[in-house]
Amino acid sequence: MRDKPLMLIAGVVVVVVAAIAFVAGEKLGHSDRSGSHAMVGMPASAPRPAAPAAPEAPPPGQQIDALRRGVPISEEGPPPPMARVENTDIRRNRAYPMQPPTIPHSIDNYQIDKNSNRCLLCHARANADKFQAPPVSVTHYMDRNDQFLATISPRRYFCNQCHVVQTDAKPLVANTFKDIDTVLSEAKGN
Amino acid sequence: MWARIKPWVATFWRILRKPSVHYSLGFLTLGGFIAGVVFWGAFNTALEATNTEAFCTGCHEMRDNVFQELKTTIHYSNRSGVRATCPDCHVPHNWTDKIARKMQASKEVWGKIFGTVNTREKFLDHRLVLAEHEWARLKANDSLECRNCHNYASMDLTRQSTRAAQIHQRWLVTGEKTCIDCHKGIAHHLPDMTGIPQG
Repeated sequence: MRDKPLMLIAGVVVVVVAAIAFVAGEKLGHSDRSGSHAMVGMPASAPRPAAPAAPEAPPPGQQIDALRRGVPISEEGPPPPMARVENTDIRRNRAYPMQPPTIPHSIDNYQIDKNSNRCLLCHARANADKFQAPPVSVTHYMDRNDQFLATISPRRYFCNQCHVVQTDAKPLVANTFKDIDTVLSEAKGN
Repeated sequence: MWARIKPWVATFWRILRKPSVHYSLGFLTLGGFIAGVVFWGAFNTALEATNTEAFCTGCHEMRDNVFQELKTTIHYSNRSGVRATCPDCHVPHNWTDKIARKMQASKEVWGKIFGTVNTREKFLDHRLVLAEHEWARLKANDSLECRNCHNYASMDLTRQSTRAAQIHQRWLVTGEKTCIDCHKGIAHHLPDMTGIPQG
């Protein structure tokens, strides 16, 4: 029985290692599972607040308070469904000559900060050919003294200060804007 | 010290290399097999336990920096509820590659112990280096972790926006670019990208 200590040591080592590993695994696994149960259970148990029925809203352009959609001031109206960003990649006309063109695609999670500018990845002069994107206008490379710079001018760096996406939201108020071409052709017709 | 331990080691070594006198070959083989199965199961259980988001975000370095950034992206919250957890992108799914990556990760244990990125400022200082490791890894394996889910063969270009379809056709089909070349910073914020090609 000279092997006895060896067998004892080996047995104890195996049992201890297995026990530690299983306990660790079980603990982590259980905490994960119970967490997901709680997440699933939450929305079912939370009662939905009854949405007050919105009174018939007057047609756009005639109502006084477009933002409240005719809901009395003492009540809270149901939130309107969120509008979707138009992602058709078809360029839109400008409504007036100096209008910054609108963005015809979604820009979710585009990072524009001092570290990186996602728009310029495609729209910078140097990259426009790779992605077949319209390069930004030369005016964006000019400083305020009309001197041309090699890179985008700092005052033009934050694209979405002027360029915005368009959504399929219905206009809250009517718009009677006519662009200059319409006005001119109407004047000529009269 | 060694003089005191030496007789113990000698005894242990002698026992270890002597053939068994009392235990049958069957007992030793079967016992070894069962112990092996138990050890292997325990090893893999422990390995998988370190391969979960709960484990990764157990440290404030991951929870307060990169995990918060992930939460705003489509890989965390989206219309169909399918999501990627940390190891889906950062650990290879193949066993051999996984073990290789896990051994590399011992460097990260070192970093944790010595607090390499234990403040926001230190993390921001290291972000470019850390990001470059991941970009190099994904570039080297042709964006394998992206392609584990985003399989090109199952990608319907007609259901993408025209712009995305055109660019994928031009660069991805031809194999000139791989996912990470253009899709940097989709799950975490980018470090200062001056001089780094992005596309």
